[in-house]
Amino acid sequence: MSTRTFGERVQRNNDERLLTGGGRYVDDIPLPGALHVAFVRSPYARAKILSMDTSLAKSRPGVVEVYTCNDIGALDTEMPLLIPHPSLHSPKTQRPLARDDVFYVGQTVAMVVAVDRYVAEDATRLVDIEYSEPQECNIEIEEAISDDAPRVHDDVPNNVAAHCIQVSGDPEEAFAKAEHFTKVKVRVDRSTAAPMECRAVAARFDSVSGELTIWDGTQAPISVRGGIASIFNLDEDKVRVIAPDVGGGFGQKVLLFYPDELLVPFAAMSLSRPVKYIEDRTENFLGSTQERTQIHEVELAANKDGVVLGLKDNFLHDTGAFIPYGIAVAQVASTAIMGPYRIPNSRVEYKAVYTPIVPVTPYRGCGRPHACFAIERAMDQLAEELGLDRFEVRRRNLIGDDEFPYERPNLLFADGLAVIYDSGQYSKALDMIIESINLEDFKAKQKLALDEGRYLGLGLSFYVEATGIGPYEGGHVKVHPITGKVYVNTGLTTQGQGHETVFAQIVADQLGVSPEDVILVEGDTGAFDWGVATYASRAAVVSGNAIHMAAEKARNIVLEAASNMLEASVDDLELQDGKVNVKGSDVSVGLAAVATACNPLRYAFNEAAQAATQFAPAARSDEPALGDGRAPGIETTEYYAPPHAAWAYGVHAAIVEVDPGLCSIDINRYICVHDCGNMINPTIVEGQVMGGVAQGMGGAFYERCEFDSEGNPRNANFMDFLVPYATEVPKVELHHIETPSPLNPLGVKGVGEAGTIPVAPVIASAIEDALKPLGVEKLHHVPLSPNSIYEALSVAREKNII
Amino acid sequence: MKPPIFEYFRPKSIEEAVSVRADHDYSAILAGGQSLIPTMNFRIANPTAIIDISRIDSLAEYRIDDSQIVIGAMVRQRDIELSDSVYKVHPLIRETLEHVAHVPIRCRGTVAGSLAHADAAAELPALLLVSNGCVVAHSASGARIIDANELFQFHMTTSLADNEIITEVRIPVMHDDAGWAFLEFTRRHGDYAVAGVAVILRFSEDGICEESSIASCGIGSRAVRLPEAEAVLLGKKLDSNIINEASQAGKEYVSAADDTHATTEFRQHVLSTILSRAINIAKSRARYGSE
Ligand SMILES: Cc1cc2nc3c(=O)[nH]c(=O)nc-3n(C[C@H](O)[C@H](O)[C@H](O)COP(=O)(O)OP(=O)(O)OC[C@H]3O[C@@H](n4cnc5c(N)ncnc54)[C@H](O)[C@@H]3O)c2cc1C
Repeated sequence: MSTRTFGERVQRNNDERLLTGGGRYVDDIPLPGALHVAFVRSPYARAKILSMDTSLAKSRPGVVEVYTCNDIGALDTEMPLLIPHPSLHSPKTQRPLARDDVFYVGQTVAMVVAVDRYVAEDATRLVDIEYSEPQECNIEIEEAISDDAPRVHDDVPNNVAAHCIQVSGDPEEAFAKAEHFTKVKVRVDRSTAAPMECRAVAARFDSVSGELTIWDGTQAPISVRGGIASIFNLDEDKVRVIAPDVGGGFGQKVLLFYPDELLVPFAAMSLSRPVKYIEDRTENFLGSTQERTQIHEVELAANKDGVVLGLKDNFLHDTGAFIPYGIAVAQVASTAIMGPYRIPNSRVEYKAVYTPIVPVTPYRGCGRPHACFAIERAMDQLAEELGLDRFEVRRRNLIGDDEFPYERPNLLFADGLAVIYDSGQYSKALDMIIESINLEDFKAKQKLALDEGRYLGLGLSFYVEATGIGPYEGGHVKVHPITGKVYVNTGLTTQGQGHETVFAQIVADQLGVSPEDVILVEGDTGAFDWGVATYASRAAVVSGNAIHMAAEKARNIVLEAASNMLEASVDDLELQDGKVNVKGSDVSVGLAAVATACNPLRYAFNEAAQAATQFAPAARSDEPALGDGRAPGIETTEYYAPPHAAWAYGVHAAIVEVDPGLCSIDINRYICVHDCGNMINPTIVEGQVMGGVAQGMGGAFYERCEFDSEGNPRNANFMDFLVPYATEVPKVELHHIETPSPLNPLGVKGVGEAGTIPVAPVIASAIEDALKPLGVEKLHHVPLSPNSIYEALSVAREKNII
Repeated sequence: MKPPIFEYFRPKSIEEAVSVRADHDYSAILAGGQSLIPTMNFRIANPTAIIDISRIDSLAEYRIDDSQIVIGAMVRQRDIELSDSVYKVHPLIRETLEHVAHVPIRCRGTVAGSLAHADAAAELPALLLVSNGCVVAHSASGARIIDANELFQFHMTTSLADNEIITEVRIPVMHDDAGWAFLEFTRRHGDYAVAGVAVILRFSEDGICEESSIASCGIGSRAVRLPEAEAVLLGKKLDSNIINEASQAGKEYVSAADDTHATTEFRQHVLSTILSRAINIAKSRARYGSE
C-alpha cells in the first residue's frame, strides 16, 4: 500500500520506549569508575574573592581533586561570545570558574571531583572561599541604567551591554499624521525553562586512541563538538559529542558553553577517569540560564478608525550578569513587535542591561512572548480608547492574504536576514476564532453571569512566529542492504518533540516503506557531523526539508537501479510496501535487494549478496563495478538552507471566570487557531501547541523567578517556583489552518514555540474584561497572580464596590 | 541535593525504636518520608540517625471506638481519606485530606508524620486543632498525651521532645448534628495552603450556634485556632452580618509576612473570604444550621 503518511496522525514511535522507562539519558550512560562533580557556587551577587583554600576539601576521603580557576590552565579565560552583533558594544562572558570577582549568586567558583556525588557535595562545604563584603547591586533594569547605579562590570557604564535601533518606513511622518495615540508600558518578568531533566554532562577520554567522548544533554551537539575541539586544541574527529535522550530543553540547553561542559571533559582528561556532572534542580535554578524580563513602552499612532500607521517601542532587556548568546532574545522581540499587523512604519529601540543575576539566553518563545504581550495589550487599549470592538480593530490592521510576501523593509531578524512574512490567512484565523467562541452567545452569558455576581471575561491575542531560521541543516539517508530498513541522520537533536516520527514519515513517503522501518539517529557527531542545533522552531523546516531532499535523491537511485534490474522504464515503477513494483503486474524487487545490487560485492554472504557479486550472471564484466560518478549502495546526503524565516501565526482566546473573593481564575474555555503551514503530523503539532500553552500558562499566571534586592533567589525550588500542574492547564480546543510556506519544498513552518507566545496577553485581557464592571486597573505586568489581581482591584475596594 | 552521611535503623517495636532514639542526640523518625527526605536532601535537616518505623506493625493500624478515632503513626493519609468508617464519624477528615498534596504523596505520607512535621501551612494541624485532637508520644520513660493546642509551636517545630516518637493520633468523633467545612486557597491544586480554614459548628434546634470551632493554617508561624472568630458566632443565629463579622475577626490572626505567594494584606483578604464561605457551608451542613 502506498499511502502518503505526510499529514497523517502517525503514532509517535518513541512513546512506548520512553513511557516504559526505556529512555537513556546522560545519567543512564554506564561509565564504570566514573567520578562525580559538585560545584562550590557564589553565595553573593557581586563580591570580590579574597582567598581560596581547597586543602581541607582535598583531604576529605573520597575526594579526588578540587579545582579553582588557578588549576584549569588555558580554560581560565572568558567563554565564547556565541553570537556577536554590531550593537553589542560591551559583551561580557563568564569564566568557567570565577577569578577575583563573582557576578551572580550561583556562579561556579570551584569544582569538586569525588567518588560519588554525596562526597562531592560534602566536600563543597569544606572549600574555604573568602569574599569581600558583598558589593552594592541593583537588579531592577530601569534603575540599573542610571548613571549612579552600581555596575555589574566595572568598565560597563550604565550597565548597558547593547544598544540597538531599528527603523522601518517613516515612523516620524506616521506619528505626525495620526489622529490618535495609544501608549502602554508593559513588563514581563523572569522565568526559567525548568526542563524535566536538568542539564547533564559526562566525559570519557581514551588516552590510547586520543578520543574524547562527551555525553551532553544539549540541543547543539555538533556545535559543542566544534567548540570543544577548538578550546582543547583537539582534532575535531577525535571529539565525539552525543546528546542521548534529553528530557526537555526549551532553549536552556542550546547555550554553549556552561562551565561544566568544559570542566567535565577537562577533568576526565586530566584525571584519566570518566567524569559525570548531573545537575540537580537547585543548580538548575542557580546556574542554568533564564529569560524574559523586558519592559516595553509602546506607542501606537492610529487613525480614528483604528488603523495603525506607526509604532514606537522602547524597551529594556535584562540579560543577567553575562551575555554569552548575544542579543538574540532582544533582537527577536524587536522584530516581532508588529505582530500580524500591517503597521508599515516603526521605530524600535532597546538596551540590553546587565544585572547581577543568572544570565539570560533564549527560552521557548525567545523574545516573542514579550513582544506579543506588548503589542496585544496595546491593541486592546487602542480598541478601548476608540470605542471599537477588540476583534474589529485587529481585523482592520491584519496583513491581507494577497499582501504576502510582506516585507518590513530595513528590519533584520535575529539571524541577520530580512523580515519577510512568507504566507498566511490572518483574517480567516480571526473568523474561525470568533465562530468558535460564539461571540454573541458569550456576550449573553457574560451578562447573565454578571447579574448573578459572577465575572466572566473574554481574552484574545494574535501572535506571529518567525520559525525555521538558518543557517542550514543536513539530511543523510541510507537504505540498509540486508534488512531494507532506512537509516536517517541529521545534525540537530530532539528533546522529546517527536523527530523520530515526523522525519520517518517524510522518508517513508519517498521510499515506500512504513515509518516504523525508518530509523532516525540524531544528536551523535559520530553518526553525522554537519549542522547546527535545535532552536527557533526549526527542526521540521530545516532538517525536515534536508531529509526530504535526501530521500528524494535516494528514491531516484532506487528507481534507476530497479529499472535496470526489472528491465522496466522508471515511469512504470512504483515504490510500495518496501518494494519496487512494475505497475499493474506482480513483478517486483525488494528495497533490500536493490540496495544490495547497488553495492557491487566481491564476497557473497547470503542469497541477495550472491546476486550482487562480480561473477553473478547478472553482472557485466566489461565495465568497472561502479559507473562514473556513482557511489555504492543507496546513500544520499542533502542540505537545506532557508532563504529566511517562515512565519507561522495564530490567534488564541479564552473565557475566564474570576472570583474577586479569592482573586483566582477559572478558565472555562481555551481556544486556539493556528497555522504552521503543511502539517507533517497533526497529533505531534497538537502536542507541541498544547505543551506550549501549558508553558505559556506558567508565564501568564504562575512562573516567576524572584530575587531579593541583593540578588538572592527567593524561590529556587519547585515548591515556590510555580510550574503549573495539569490541573492548572486548561483543556485546549485546537483548530488548524494550513497555508503552505512557499519557501521550502515541504511547505512547512515551525510550531515548537507557537503555543507559548500569546498565552499571557490572552489571560490578562480575559481577566481585565471580566473585572471591567468593578473598575480594574490595566493588567500590564506578567506573570499575573491572585495577589496582583487583588492589587488591580484596589480602586474598586476603595470605592467599596467589593 | 544529597544528604550527608547518617545511620539507618529499622526497629521492629516501639520499645526498640524509643531506645534507638534515646541513644542518638540527633535522630529523625522516617515515616512516609515525603517531608523528611526533601529536607535532608536540601540539607535543611541533617540527622545523624534515621529511625524507619515502617516495620512496626502496631503503628500501621487505625481504629474507631465510641468517642475517638485512633490512628497509628504509620497509617497513610490516603487510607484515612478513603476510609468510610472514618468518614461516617468525622467527615471533615476526608474533606481536609483531599487538600493535602496529591494522591501519590498521600499514599506514602502519614497523618502522624504531617503533624510531627508541623509545617505552618499544612492542613492536618488545623484539622487536629479544630477537632480538639491529640497525639500520644512515647519515649524510653513512657508515654504522654500532647493536646493539639500544645503540640504546634512554630513552623516545623513541635513540643515533642528529641527522644519522643508519636505513636498515635487521636481525634474525637464529631457530633452527628455538627456541620463542617474545610476550605483553602492555594496557588496550584494540591499545594500547601496560602490560607486554610477548618470549621465545625453545632446549633440548637432553634438555629442558635452552640458550638463553634475554627482553626486556620498558612496564615502565620503555625496552625492556630481563631477564638475571636469563634466567639462572634457563639450564641447567635448566623446571618450574613454575623458571618461577615466573624470573618473580619479571623483576619486579625494573619501574622505571616509578605512572601512570594501573598502579601499580608492579600492573605487577610483571602482568609476572610474562605472563612465566611466555610462558615456558610458548615452552617448548611449542620442539622439545625438553617433552622
Ligand atoms: C510535592 C509535595 C507536596 C506536598 N503538599 C502538601 C500539602 O499541600 N499539605 C501538606 O500538609 N503536606 C504536603 N506535603 C507533605 C506531606 O503531606 C508529608 O507526607 C507529610 O508532611 C509528612 O508525612 P510523612 O509520613 O511523609 O513524614 P516524614 O517525611 O517521614 O517525616 C516528616 C517529619 O516528621 C517526623 N516524624 C514523622 N513521623 C513521626 C513520628 N511518628 N514521631 C515523631 N516524628 C515523626 C520526621 O522525623 C520528620 O521530621 C507535600 C509533600 C510533597 C512531596
